[in-house]
Amino acid sequence: MTTAAATDAAPAQVRARVVAAADTGVYRHLVLAAPAASRARPGQFVAVAVGDPTTSSMLLRRAFSLHRADPVAGTVEVVVAAHGAGTAWVCERQVGDEVDVVGPLGTGFDLPASGRLVLVGGGYGSAPFAWTAASVGPGVVVDAVVGAGDEARLCDVDGIRAAVQATGGQAYVTTVDGSAGRQGRVTDALADLLGEGPPGPAGSEGGTVATGTVVAACGPMAMLAAVAATASRAGQTTGRPVGVQVAVEEAMACGIGICMTCVLPVRGTDGRTRMLRSCTDGPVLDADRVRWDCVGAHGASVPADAVGAPEGGAA
Amino acid sequence: MTDATTTAPVDLSVRLVAPAGPVDLTGAVLTASGCAAAGRELDGYLDLAALGGVVTKTIMRDPRSGRPTPRMAETPSGMLNSIGLQGPGVESFLATDLPWLARRGARAVVSVAGEDVGEFVEVATAVRRATSGTDDLGSPGTDGGVLAAVEVNISCPNVANRGLVFACDPGTAADVVSAVRAATDPRVPVLAKLSPDVTDIVAIAASVLAAGADGLVMVNTLLGVAIDVDRGTPVLSRVTGGLSGPAIRPVAVRCIWQVHAAMRAGLLPTAPIVGVGGVRTGRDAAELVLAGAAAVQVGTVTFGDPSAPGRVQAELGRWVGDRGASSLSQLVGGAHDAVRTGGHA
Repeated sequence: MTTAAATDAAPAQVRARVVAAADTGVYRHLVLAAPAASRARPGQFVAVAVGDPTTSSMLLRRAFSLHRADPVAGTVEVVVAAHGAGTAWVCERQVGDEVDVVGPLGTGFDLPASGRLVLVGGGYGSAPFAWTAASVGPGVVVDAVVGAGDEARLCDVDGIRAAVQATGGQAYVTTVDGSAGRQGRVTDALADLLGEGPPGPAGSEGGTVATGTVVAACGPMAMLAAVAATASRAGQTTGRPVGVQVAVEEAMACGIGICMTCVLPVRGTDGRTRMLRSCTDGPVLDADRVRWDCVGAHGASVPADAVGAPEGGAA
Repeated sequence: MTDATTTAPVDLSVRLVAPAGPVDLTGAVLTASGCAAAGRELDGYLDLAALGGVVTKTIMRDPRSGRPTPRMAETPSGMLNSIGLQGPGVESFLATDLPWLARRGARAVVSVAGEDVGEFVEVATAVRRATSGTDDLGSPGTDGGVLAAVEVNISCPNVANRGLVFACDPGTAADVVSAVRAATDPRVPVLAKLSPDVTDIVAIAASVLAAGADGLVMVNTLLGVAIDVDRGTPVLSRVTGGLSGPAIRPVAVRCIWQVHAAMRAGLLPTAPIVGVGGVRTGRDAAELVLAGAAAVQVGTVTFGDPSAPGRVQAELGRWVGDRGASSLSQLVGGAHDAVRTGGHA
């Protein structure tokens, strides 16, 4: 778990004005003036109300991983994909509009002070990674694997490439349909980077990653599970264990820890599994503590050995 | 966020009456069970101590993992939830959460539940043991005591066996309330939280009041189902969930109206009604008050607007002033007077 959590800024609820808005690929990039929410770390998120909280028919906040936060400018930035009516409303915001924002929320990435960091993002899950790469200390080399189903769903490739190159690292692009970068999935490129399998055609230096590698991943749950499995296999194959932090995407109603809808089965330091809130105990979790065996594409089950599980397994 | 709860121009205090005497809440707006955790997560978004009370997430005897996900579905002006009473168990609650509320200066309404009458009694007994005569928690039922009331959750729809929804049957509802009343400090009011999913809520209210309830909380969620038409499956992992939010406000108003009317007609003993269901503004709260609620809880709306309980209390205070009243209590059930005198025409 992150060690900096104790010093994280307290979240605030603010009316934030949209100061910049632009379409980028299939996504919408919004810059919001929200000084009280801008002292944040990569991996943290904000929760945005859909419409006016006193009149909207959509009551629940939408959670967005921070693309960037700038306490000097007093801004937070998000990259939004229109999935349904609520996110579509957020994407329709124009410069000068106001939105109700709560943040910064959740745990951030626990970034290493030395060694190598590999960022793995799927779709708009890549949104925090240019900022993340720019946030590491001078002793860290950052590589990134940026993937998506197709080119239009890639997120911030240029920004991430520039940021990782500034650390001496490289960015690798994958698309499932081959419309950009290497045809395949992010885990194909990650396996090469971690020294498992042949070097990739995009110029990756397979097997060169040093001991002390940390992987930080953000994207759909199935991708995060695959990243965790890939890193685990690579660690066993190479004898160089890889620490993996995942920023999970769970449906949330509130984002602040009161609704109990976003829970995941997570093993604690005492070895026991509990259903933890991904909004307050996460969204960044140690991958080896997540009970991936109980996490599916459409929800998580309650392990029979979880604290307080009903007799005989899930209720 | 302007928190004007401390500058409300009118008296928003609410009097509950326990067997040993009255308990006065300084504010008329409370959080709602399951919508505020145990209060701590809302600290910083509003002044918890300025509220009438923090109604805790329902406490049971043992730790509970709750249900698989998905546990939530957004619906028009509402949501379905299917949490399954996840919680740390009563001992953890009493060791950490209740002392935190005491240090914060907040008043707690502790929501209790059990799989059977015996578990309700165990939880109520543990609460009594922890709050009777301990210095840091103050004396129960007094201004200095953190425990303002016990809310008996006999109406949670998210239990494996629908037969366990005690509030759907007057006999089982009375059994639970009577046992919790007997196990609770006589200085502490016991409130029964009722389900709207019944044929005759007045009959349930009569039963729990006869069993010793000092007040009623109306209403819990209504049972609902949402289906994902793209996947062709129910959205929630356990199919059914509790519907809450502004979508159910007219149901809450109707239930409060019916029970308050029965009290006025002398069919029920008079007791305070705490209204809950879809309130997100002071005017919404006022609607429940005019139907007969002496106090109001703000629940689901808090998910989308964590400062809502404080804001609603401030707005309610302004509404009372705008009505030319000096105290909220003067307006409780006022819409019944209008109907009786033909003022609704």
